[in-house]
Parts: sequence; structure tokens; C-alpha cells
Amino acid sequence: MNTEKLNFTVPSKARMFSFVLMAVGLLSIILMFLTDHVEGDENYHHTRAWSNVFAGSFFFMALSLAAAFFLGLQYAAEAGWSTTIKRVIEAVTMYLPWGLSFMMLLFILGQFHVHHIYHWMADGIATSGHENYDEAIANKIGYFGTFWWVRTILYMFGWLWFTLKLRKNSLEADKLDIDINNSFHWKNIKLSAWFMVLFAVTSSTASWDWLMSIDTHWFSTLYGWYVFSGMWISAIIAITILVVWLKKVGYMEFVSESTMHDMGKWMFAISFLWTYLYFSQFMLIWYADIPEEVTYFQTRWESYKALMWTVLFVNFAFPMVMLMSRDTKRNFFFLMFVGTIIFIGHYLDVIMMVMPGTVGHYWTGLSWMEFGNFFFFLGLFIYVVLNALAKAPLLVKNHPFLQESLHHST
Amino acid sequence: MATNKHIIHGVFGDEVPLMEACKKLRASGIRIKDVYSPMPIHGIDGVIGVPRTRIAICAFIYGLTGCGLATLMMWYMMISDWPNDIGGKPNWEYYFNVPAFIPITFEATVFCAAHGMALTYFLRCWLIPGAKAKNPDPRTTDDKFLIYLELNDEQKVKAEVILKDNHAEEINHKGSYVVEPKYTLEETH
Repeated sequence: MNTEKLNFTVPSKARMFSFVLMAVGLLSIILMFLTDHVEGDENYHHTRAWSNVFAGSFFFMALSLAAAFFLGLQYAAEAGWSTTIKRVIEAVTMYLPWGLSFMMLLFILGQFHVHHIYHWMADGIATSGHENYDEAIANKIGYFGTFWWVRTILYMFGWLWFTLKLRKNSLEADKLDIDINNSFHWKNIKLSAWFMVLFAVTSSTASWDWLMSIDTHWFSTLYGWYVFSGMWISAIIAITILVVWLKKVGYMEFVSESTMHDMGKWMFAISFLWTYLYFSQFMLIWYADIPEEVTYFQTRWESYKALMWTVLFVNFAFPMVMLMSRDTKRNFFFLMFVGTIIFIGHYLDVIMMVMPGTVGHYWTGLSWMEFGNFFFFLGLFIYVVLNALAKAPLLVKNHPFLQESLHHST
Repeated sequence: MATNKHIIHGVFGDEVPLMEACKKLRASGIRIKDVYSPMPIHGIDGVIGVPRTRIAICAFIYGLTGCGLATLMMWYMMISDWPNDIGGKPNWEYYFNVPAFIPITFEATVFCAAHGMALTYFLRCWLIPGAKAKNPDPRTTDDKFLIYLELNDEQKVKAEVILKDNHAEEINHKGSYVVEPKYTLEETH
């Protein structure tokens, strides 16, 4: 095995690419804030621009969080196939501190009424007689307000602690000289088991708190899983595309075709999980036809119909047809091509979660704002992840499943 | 001219040398009739030259059948024969109520595809009740791996060397038979 190729250095082209993306994105964000207003609505406050920034922050934060979950899942299940790509998964999780910082910044700005993404953050929403008073929200205000902030901080610290600890243990294991030493592996298995428990609860509640509360009057118990499946598939695509790219520029020859085939299977399977949850939520609401529940889809059906169908088509029908066959899952070009399109599809899905609750009927269809903003976060994500990748060898040491993974074949 | 066919069992204690032997045998132009193993060996089908399975095509056809049957059934029951209306849905037209029918369509598709595939597999392998075991050496259900070969005189010599070189534990000769050519030159002219 070529040991030189185990240490990754960020190619200058890739660095340049991420800087260009960030520059274009930043310019679009500035232009977006300058141009985004609605004639005759004093209370609009650049809502679409803020919602875009929010969607970008959330999507990439959730993606790296789901990568941390995926990493934890490999440990907890004692899975051997994924050991060769473990460093790539870890690199994706290293965006989490950045993503959470953006979220926190947006939450603080919201609390100080700079933007109006969260209706329940408005002044006097629970004060009887106030012009903003909303009885339905006033009844739930115990769950929002201070308690919401406590939860938010708990999620952030919990996730960060586990993610950074998993990474640290993995790097520590590399430093050991003894050939076979699994002590850090066992530590990570324990950590991961606890992280799974934390994640199972907080992924749902965080989705309710951060995304579902945008449509404050509406609620759905399935929502958390729906958000979770979306971020999981995005993480899997990000990891797959990274590995394919690394192979293309001459690294990671040790990743077998079967491992990539397995990533393709995950892509296919989680696309179906997403569809299953999306449709389950839709069908129950459509069938029961309860006014307080249908409002969610009513807004989307009226002002976002094209986007709604696009999301369903790109995230369900497209991967189903393209990734069904064994040959396409083993074709790196196909994996990259299909992955990129589903990745954008799931970003649009996040747009679908955020926009109708904030921008509402002012929506005029997808525009340069959505894409420009997406480019900024994508550029930053690429920059952070590639730098994290360069910090450690691409192949782990002292891992009990390393040999199994190197010889993995299906 | 009649040719001799010799039946040879190459018995191995592990799957790794067996795979190597299979590769060498195939490289020297010998057709491997079958391999018997106590456990599935990943990637063996490519090595011994088993053609790609067509069961996926069957699965697709069975799935399509299930999907069609379920749709027909629900359309007949809920729309055509005795229109049902529970809380406003479904009503009047099938296409207008598709969300309500999707779960059953999905289940029927999966049901037919899975059962059809299992039954096809059993029939193709002739694993039916009362079928006789075709295992040439019962030890392959325990801890031995076996390559089953049917070879002519010239191949037999080559194969024995290859098997021996790749650490076959036993090379068992299970008799031979004579293959008469179907037509002779005199008959065709």
C-alpha cells in the first residue's frame, strides 16, 4: 500500500473552488438582503433572505450531525465494512461546530427581533391585550421561551461533546505504537451507544423546536423522523461524493468497490425511508382532514406546488429508477451524478420546510437567492471538511475491523 | 470418436485455497461444474463463472403483477362494484384518491415480489418437498469445501496438478463415463 497517499493535502484547485463558491455566495447573500422586500408590507423585514440563511445553516449543520450519527451507528452495530471510509465520515462531522455556531447566531438574532423566522419569539405574544397576542401560542409558551433555550443549549453541547470525543479517541488510537490495540475502539463503542440514545430523542425534539416551531400553530409527531431521514440521506451522499472524489484525485485506493456499492445501497434505502416518512405524514393529514393539521399542506399546495412535486420526484422517483440496479450502484459516475441531484433535492426539501411558514404567499418561486445562499454554505462546508480531512491519515490504525474492511466484498 | 468423462471431487478445508484453485482451473480452460460449501462464499459466482442471476427480472414482473392486481381489486371493491365512502374518502374516481390506496398497493407489490422470488428460487433449484438431496459429499454440510469437476483425459491431468498445488486435502475420483458423439462424419455426409 502506498503510504504517501495516506496523508491528504488539500489540492489548490479544490481550495480555490471552495473560495469561489463562498465569494459568489457571500455576494448573493449581500444582494439578497439589499433586494429582498415586499411593497406595502412594513413587517416583512427581509424574511426571505433570513429564511434562506436559516435553511443553509440548518441543512449543513444537520448533515454533519447525521454523519456523526452514522459514525456512531457503525460503532454501536460493530460494523466492519465502513472502517476504510471512517476518516471521511469523521471529516464531515467536523463541520458540526460551524453549523451549530450559525444556528446559535440566528437564534440570538431572532431573540433580539432582528429577523422574524420564529413567530413565537415576537414581543407580547403571550401577553393578553397586546397587539401581538396569540391565545394558541400563549397556551404553549411554557414549552417555548426559557425552556426552549435550555433545550437548545443542551442539544448543542450534547452533540458537540460526543462528536468531538469520538474524533479525539479515533485520533488518539492512531498514535499508539502497538499493532493491535483496541482500547480506544471500545471506548468509542460505549460513547456511541450513549450518543445513539441521546440522538434518538434530541433529533426529534430539535426538529420540533427549530423547524416545526416555525409553523407554530401546527404540529406533527412524525415530523422529527421526516427531518432526520432527510439529513441522514444528505450525510450519506456527502460522504459518498467525497470518497468518489478522493479516489478520482488519487487517494483512497484501498476503498473497495463493494464499500462504494454499500454506500449506494444506503443512498437507495434512505431515499425510500424519506419517502415513506414524507408520505406517511402527508397521507394521515390528507385522510383525517382536520383543519389545524391541513394548514401545513394547504400553504404548500397553494403557493409551492411546483416545488412540492419537484421535491417528491427528485427524492423518490429519481433515486428509485437510477439506483435500483447493481451496476449503477457500482458505477462511480452514476453515484456522483445521482447523489448530487438528490443532495440538491434534499436542500429544496429544507426550503420547503422553512419558507411556507415564514415567507408564505410572498413566495415567487425558486430564484438566484436560494442558489447563491446555498453556494456560500456549500463552499464553507467543503473548505472545513477538506481541512479536517488533511489533519489525519486517510486510513485509521489500531481498528479491529480494519482488515475486514480492506477485504470487504459483496 | 467417444470421449471419456471423469468425475473428480477436489476437497478443501478452507474457502481461500478453494477460490485460488477455481481461478487457476478456469484460467487453464477447465469448466467448473459446481462448488459445494457449508457457508456462502462472497464473490464465488464470478470466480467459477456462474452467469448473472435473472431473478431480479422475475422480481420486477412479480412486483408489477402484485401492483396491478391490488389496483384492480381496490378499484373494483371501493369504486366500481360498491362505492365506499368513509368520511369523504375515497369517492367517485380512483385517481383522485390515490394516496388512500398507496399503502395497499405497496404491500401487495412487496408481497408478490417476495413470495414469487422465493417460489421461483425453490422451483429452479428443485427444492420441493420430497426432493432428493443432490449433495455429492455430506461433509460439505459440515466443514469441507468441494469442487465438482467432469473432465476429459487431457483436462484430468491438468486439474489434478492444479488441485494439488493449491492445497486440496483430497482428490477423489468418482468414476467415469463415456460420451458417444451424437453424429459421426459418415452420417452427416
